[in-house]
Amino acid sequence: MDQIVLLEAVEKYLRGEMNPAESNAFDDMRKKSPEIDQFVVEHHYFLEQIEKYGEKKRFKANLYDIHHTLKENAEIKDLTPVNQGRIIQLWHRYRKVVAVAASIAGITALLTSVLTTVLSPKAPVSDVEELRKKVSNLESRTNDQGRVLSDVKKKIEPGSTVKFGGTSFLLDGHGYLVTSAHVVKDAARIYVQNNKGDDFHADILSTDISRDIAILRINDSDFHFQGTLPYGIKKTTADLSEPLYTLGYPKDEIVYNEGYLSAKTGLKGDTMAFQISISANPGNSGGPVLNRNGEVIGILNARQTAAEGVVFAVKSENILRVIDELKKSDSTVNIRIGGISGVKAMDRSRQVKKIEECIYMVKVILQ
Amino acid sequence: MSTLEKERELLKGLADNEKSAIEAIYRDNYVLIQHLVVNNNGSEDDARDVFQEALMVLYEKARSGTFELNCQIRTYLYSVCKRLWLKRLQQIRRFDSQVESLEATVPVEEDLEIHEKLDFQYVTMRTAMGRIGEPCKSLLEAFYVHHKNMIEIAAFFGYTNADNAKNQKYKCLMRLKKLFFAEYKNVN
Repeated sequence: MDQIVLLEAVEKYLRGEMNPAESNAFDDMRKKSPEIDQFVVEHHYFLEQIEKYGEKKRFKANLYDIHHTLKENAEIKDLTPVNQGRIIQLWHRYRKVVAVAASIAGITALLTSVLTTVLSPKAPVSDVEELRKKVSNLESRTNDQGRVLSDVKKKIEPGSTVKFGGTSFLLDGHGYLVTSAHVVKDAARIYVQNNKGDDFHADILSTDISRDIAILRINDSDFHFQGTLPYGIKKTTADLSEPLYTLGYPKDEIVYNEGYLSAKTGLKGDTMAFQISISANPGNSGGPVLNRNGEVIGILNARQTAAEGVVFAVKSENILRVIDELKKSDSTVNIRIGGISGVKAMDRSRQVKKIEECIYMVKVILQ
Repeated sequence: MSTLEKERELLKGLADNEKSAIEAIYRDNYVLIQHLVVNNNGSEDDARDVFQEALMVLYEKARSGTFELNCQIRTYLYSVCKRLWLKRLQQIRRFDSQVESLEATVPVEEDLEIHEKLDFQYVTMRTAMGRIGEPCKSLLEAFYVHHKNMIEIAAFFGYTNADNAKNQKYKCLMRLKKLFFAEYKNVN
């Protein structure tokens, strides 16, 4: 019982609930008895601990209470974890990196394909430009020079426009002409015009697309040709570096150009053609390629778009082959090809003067 | 009221164990911690435990009176929680890389050391309380934790008078003290 009284006294003392007299008496007691002093110190610590315990417990109770309330009021909701699996976790961590890497890969792939497209060799068709002339302005110019070309208006019906132009040359005196097949492609009607500006109506006798050769025949009563052709068609090709020249109609007037044979084969080793270094323009297609003796060794037909002065011509032996085939299929065709040049000994300007009379502009009218 | 003043007010309320203040802090910060824990291999319960422990740390700090608010409550709580959760993960070995976080943190190591010490004391007392068994535990808690007087206690626990209750309380207290100091010495 004493102990209970003592405890109550100690607690009262520690809580400061004693009046001054009691407190003094208690202090005296502590000084006298080390046991009581020890008890007081110990109990003080204990009470402190239990007080803190109480505090914490109340605080914790509050926290639980609040958590519960907030949850009931839906102010706290359960959260589904974003990263459940290892892979998903990695994905979430590195998705930005992955996105960047994928973008780089995509861009690289695109660039590679673009570069491949740009830098890889082109298909032959786009690599070479056929030298057929698109004559959107040809007719208007022709009309401008109305007085000179009075015949043009007479023969080419009004309303029809010349769409493409090229060059052709006579094979014999009866009005047989040879030109490039692509010049007369899709033609509804064809007119040929000599260097004096006279127009003649012509028909296509045959076209050989693989050789790029077309044979035309002038079908016009106005056409007269005296004498023999000044040039011959050579059966063999020229040698490398041999000087060559050509005549053609890249413009309304006949144009002379010269160059040399630069390769015995055409584009990508095409043995039916050869390569010459010459200045050629749209409209030159179908023009003869002549050597210094005035012998036709080929028909000019294309140039390389990527390079300057790389022009291709079909070998003249192909003309002979096409004529042979034509003769077989059509017995009325009677072309006599001369192999010998009549201008062999002449100087160039006299040769050209003779030859230019046999070079005709081809006017193609598409319907 | 500026944010700083508001936070001071909240801390004061927290130190006084005011429910409204605690609730405000709870509401403002819980989701942040929930994200931190749940997205780093934790459960809902883990999030709650970690957050409540962090609040306890803040509570202790606020009560110590020496607390200077040099960062936002939010930042402080986040720092504590991150630290606590890292420690927990290390204990359960579920942890093999950094805890992901984008929030700024402040150093809280010292505060956590103090907290650990206080928590140890709390746990010691709780263990002792657990061991004395009923009705001693409830009786002592009623007196020391809930500050009921002896008459109320006597009525509640069915003692015929306050003296009887006092007698019982004394016996219980002696046992508790014995257990508490035994535990205390045991560890120290």
